[in-house]
Amino acid sequence: MADLALSGPAGPRPKNRFSRANIFIYGTLLLVSVYYLLPLYVMVVTSLKGMPEIRLGNIFSPPVDITFEPWIKAWSSACTGLNCDGLSRGFWNSVRITIPSVILSIAVASVNGYALANWRFRGADLFFTILIFGAFIPYQVMIWPIVILLREMGLYTTLTGLVLVHTIFGMPILTLLFRNYFTSLPEELFKAARVDGAGFWGIYFRIMLPMSLPIFVVAMILQVTGIWNDFLFGVVYTKPDTYPMTVQLNNIVNSVQGVKEYNVNMAATLLTGLVPLIIYFVSGKLFVRGIAAGAVKG
Amino acid sequence: MTRLRKLLATSTALVVGGMAHGAEIEVTHWWTSGGEAAAVAEFAKAFNEKTDHTWVDGAIAGGSGAANPVISNRILGGEPMGATMMNTGRDSEEMVDEGLMLDITDVVEASGILDVESAPGLFENCKFDGKYYCVVVNIHSWQWMWTSRKAFEDAGVEPPTNWDEFVAAAPALEAAGKIPLAMGQQSWQSSGAFGVLQVGLGGVDHWLSVYRDRDMAAIEGDEMRRIIEAFAEARTLAAGSTVQDWNQATNMVITDQAGAQIMGDWAQGEFSVAGEVAGQDYDCLPGLGFFDVLSTGGDSFYFPVNDDPEVTAAQKELAALLISPEVQVAFNLKKGSLPVRNDVDLEAANDCMKKGLEILKAGNIMPDGEQMNDPDTEGQLEDLWVEFWFDHSITAEDAHERFIDIMARAE
Amino acid sequence: MSSTDSVPGGRRPARPPRRLTRNMTAKVASIPMVLTALVIFVGCTVWSIVYSFTKTRSIPKLEFVGFDQYERLWSTNRWLVSIENLAIYGLCSMVFSLVIGFVLAALLDQKIRFENTFRTILLYPFALSFIVTGLVWQWILNPNFGIQKVVQDLGFENFAFNPLSNADTVIYGVLIAGLWQGTGLIMVLMLAGLRGIDGEVWKASRVDGIPAWKTYIFIVIPMMKPVFITTLVIIASGIIKVYDLVVAQTSGGPGIASEVPAKYVYDFMFGRRNLGQALAGSTMMLVTVLIVLIPWAYLEFGSKKRG
Repeated sequence: MADLALSGPAGPRPKNRFSRANIFIYGTLLLVSVYYLLPLYVMVVTSLKGMPEIRLGNIFSPPVDITFEPWIKAWSSACTGLNCDGLSRGFWNSVRITIPSVILSIAVASVNGYALANWRFRGADLFFTILIFGAFIPYQVMIWPIVILLREMGLYTTLTGLVLVHTIFGMPILTLLFRNYFTSLPEELFKAARVDGAGFWGIYFRIMLPMSLPIFVVAMILQVTGIWNDFLFGVVYTKPDTYPMTVQLNNIVNSVQGVKEYNVNMAATLLTGLVPLIIYFVSGKLFVRGIAAGAVKG
Repeated sequence: MTRLRKLLATSTALVVGGMAHGAEIEVTHWWTSGGEAAAVAEFAKAFNEKTDHTWVDGAIAGGSGAANPVISNRILGGEPMGATMMNTGRDSEEMVDEGLMLDITDVVEASGILDVESAPGLFENCKFDGKYYCVVVNIHSWQWMWTSRKAFEDAGVEPPTNWDEFVAAAPALEAAGKIPLAMGQQSWQSSGAFGVLQVGLGGVDHWLSVYRDRDMAAIEGDEMRRIIEAFAEARTLAAGSTVQDWNQATNMVITDQAGAQIMGDWAQGEFSVAGEVAGQDYDCLPGLGFFDVLSTGGDSFYFPVNDDPEVTAAQKELAALLISPEVQVAFNLKKGSLPVRNDVDLEAANDCMKKGLEILKAGNIMPDGEQMNDPDTEGQLEDLWVEFWFDHSITAEDAHERFIDIMARAE
Repeated sequence: MSSTDSVPGGRRPARPPRRLTRNMTAKVASIPMVLTALVIFVGCTVWSIVYSFTKTRSIPKLEFVGFDQYERLWSTNRWLVSIENLAIYGLCSMVFSLVIGFVLAALLDQKIRFENTFRTILLYPFALSFIVTGLVWQWILNPNFGIQKVVQDLGFENFAFNPLSNADTVIYGVLIAGLWQGTGLIMVLMLAGLRGIDGEVWKASRVDGIPAWKTYIFIVIPMMKPVFITTLVIIASGIIKVYDLVVAQTSGGPGIASEVPAKYVYDFMFGRRNLGQALAGSTMMLVTVLIVLIPWAYLEFGSKKRG
């Protein structure tokens, strides 16, 4: 499957460039693209307008006077209560939350997946099944007991605590991804290494890791966006100094001071979405390949 | 990069500074609108200037609904802030019971506030088992209706002086292309308006027998039905109002697109920001024009128990400061609410605020719903009224039955 | 489920078993997984279920009240509305995600030009959080300056498209936003599935003169069953957790028309300080999940069909 995935489109071949089928295909895709691009367009356009223009015009018209004021305000001076440092503080918090969370969660889940795929031990399947069920348990069931657990460990409202929470909740899906991927690798490689006397970690680092770039990319993209975009855990397990960017975004958007500053809100929204967006635009292709290469084995 | 360095520099400075000059007190609250933020800045300024301690602002946007979970989580999770705002009322009952709140009886008694309370019994709300656990910093009341003079003049009718006149004038407003009643879509607004209607139409005694005494005869009675029917009438009068936020709804009255809004005294800040003059551009009717009465809900600050004696000392200093005369004046002028002590001078207050002060002075006050019901019951009532408000297929009769149900179950 | 060869894709042990010490490193390395499974997913869930039978307000206390919390839950209109919304949202989002995702994937799979561009356009919303998604669509659907206003300004004065202000349609307004955010990922999964279909299938069907649509429905889709199952699982796990989107887009309004169970639980847990009631709600959510999940897990892991 991994080879096939890279071999390009497999569907029926359309006949010529202006056939009715082609007009239908491109027409539909263009129409759908408008629906998908509309919100981004509205956000960008609105964030570049001044407030008077927003009040007069409609949300789809391009800005007459382009201003970057809303962006500057959203980044560095929008207020929540007395804190008027915009999203900048949240940005750094999100960076400090996301990096360790992504590394830790991927490290743990890839080892899990490897152990499950290649070193099956008694009971492993039971734990795996529980883990998969865990992916479906509504967070609300676990929020409160985890508050108590973190408190007992002295980690409540700390960054470490939040990193742990992200690692835990990222585990089911990531473990599934890695398990499926490692299972799809040729078994002979593993056997040969065993014959050569390589141990658990030796095989993991020297054989599995080098062969698993696509799935690591998928996992990384999923985790960076998932953790960056998290709102619920950010609200529950941190405090105002360590709020991630999404929570601050919600704060800024909901702090109506006089009139709603739609342009600042839109700029703030775009700024918050920028990191995952860039990651997608840069590595989207790798993501699609990685998924094709093993993530959808069911 | 310079920003990062600055950040690092300030955080180290704070740590070092914290060691040298007293404690840092993180204060959580949900005052994030323009006027509110300006008001809370008065607290912070006073605290930073007059004590050795530092105010660390922990504003949480989105109103009490968004802030309460964060606040209670932090306290119950054992990671308390230095001080936190809470609605005066039963929100904090259980936390006090569990010994999570600092007893500040000494501060309250030493401040002398109990002799100069601007509404008698105001601090009773902070009292549990004879001890005080919070300071009330202002009085604000839901019991107001705001009307636009020009909207009624445009429609060719006299500006109303009470709810009945308003209802009578509504068809004329509609004929003139105006929305009679402005109402934001957030749930607390319509459920709050119900409370105002209930007091305005049924009177304080009826209100007390329903919520304080839980008198089933009053809860099931015709008077209650009449009030719910009036609320049903109100929802049709507001059918054209699609804005979200309360201040957007206030803005409809300011710009004369709507005839009236039922909203607490905080709406007044919006009128004054827009340069409107009470008695000329707009009118304020306490108790829907029938009763000169104010509810004495207020915002209070609680001080969660902390192991660090230095923090405890700082908490007490803050508590004393919040109710000191100067800070009270500075804060309440910005906030548009009424001070908790009657020995201060509010010359700068506007007409509506003065009207409020007089009602207070005359002692025409009543408790707030939050003081009577626990958050659970309040929440159920809110769900009921907001559902009723938006779903016109629910009849007053159905709503009354569900109201009886909720009240019968309330603790 | 613990017997080694009952799980598809599993490996037989590389060495004959020596019980406890066998695979010692693997066992040590799996400690985080085991702890998470037992302490968090089992432990916390059991804790929550136990306390759903108590009258706990804000501080957990073991004062049991039987099924009182559940009785109240099911007689509360807001919960019923929440369940109904979740059902509508869940069903629609499953059907539409699958259909739209598959159709888009099939269109992209036609050896078209600019495939990468189209794919990026369809996938980028997935990079944005539900908070962002909810806010943007709230603005676009706002009757006073969004789509409705713009079309009206173009001269169609009777045009009405205002799903968020109407209690009957608001959940579909949320659905529009949810689909916008999520269908891109489904499309990518489907595309990966389509790319996994052997090219010979297409050749053969062309030789036999079978029309493309028939080939898709009768040959390709059945072959993609595992992909469809994975996709359904991914969609389903998202649906039950719908929370941020509703909070950002409608706050549950107008009235209580767009409330969802997760929000009910959250509000009672934190805002209204009635933990017992909240946990009863979350337990019901869990039961719903199990009803959907157990048959699936049985089909997926219980049989040896793909052994």
